[in-house]
Amino acid sequence: MKLQKATFCALYAVLELARDPSVQLSATDIADKYNISANHLAKVLRDLGRAGLVESVRGAGGGYRFSGNLKRTTLFDVIHLFEDVGGKTERARDAHADTDIGNALNLVLTEIDEIAIATLGSVTIETLLKTMRWRAERAERESLNV
Amino acid sequence: MSKTGFVKKMAADGVTFVIREADEKDLPSVTDLHAYNTGQHKPDYWEETYHRYGDSNEGFFYVCEIDGAFAGFIIGEVRAWEFGSEPCGWVYTIGVNPEMRLKQVGTRLFETVSDEFRNAGVSQIRTMLHRQDNLNLSFFRSQGMMGGPYIELEMPLD
Repeated sequence: MKLQKATFCALYAVLELARDPSVQLSATDIADKYNISANHLAKVLRDLGRAGLVESVRGAGGGYRFSGNLKRTTLFDVIHLFEDVGGKTERARDAHADTDIGNALNLVLTEIDEIAIATLGSVTIETLLKTMRWRAERAERESLNV
Repeated sequence: MSKTGFVKKMAADGVTFVIREADEKDLPSVTDLHAYNTGQHKPDYWEETYHRYGDSNEGFFYVCEIDGAFAGFIIGEVRAWEFGSEPCGWVYTIGVNPEMRLKQVGTRLFETVSDEFRNAGVSQIRTMLHRQDNLNLSFFRSQGMMGGPYIELEMPLD
């Protein structure tokens, strides 16, 4: 699955801010860490703000912080703000979709889309952050066992 | 095989959980919970399932209680799957009383059955869900489960 640059920026920002919801980070802080354009990220953060996933904090030491629900917000909730996940809109524009071959191909592509949506829709931000911790702990255990 | 008398008590966040082997008297609660979750009332099916997993050595059928009240259940078995897979711990089903949600009942049941799978010598745990069953998909993912190497395929038999 290939995601657009804006979607990656959004995921990096949401996950970086959600890692510690009490921390405020500027667009530049996040952009520097992930080597992405601060201007591009600022626009993405505005979109995330409109969706209620981040909020800006004014004043000295201000920046952005995570304002979504860690247990409820899924990767799909973030990605679908920037992508047509499932590609139905794009496929509907395909002039050849309504043929026997087009319909058969759509059946297979829909299967892939549904699996992608089910996967992204079942991984919450909290689950992904936990997965990161588990992976780090497992790697540490394995390095001790070597 | 007779029952083993498995009982496990644990406390977390001010809640005391008792996880024990299912008993025949649990069947009405299990049947009602399944009916609530799926809209299908199947007492005969649950009685048969109980005799297969609950009072035999074919699997693990555990019930969780909080303050003596039925909070949920889980069923698992060690299964050697087709197409060359090594034996794995298979979670057959899990259910949590909706009035007891957000108390970590599912997590305690899942951890208990995972321990039993480890004791049985298997190193992988698997299950299968409908891809639109977001509640259970999210639950199992929150426990660390991810998509595995097997894909379920099916076709209608006309």
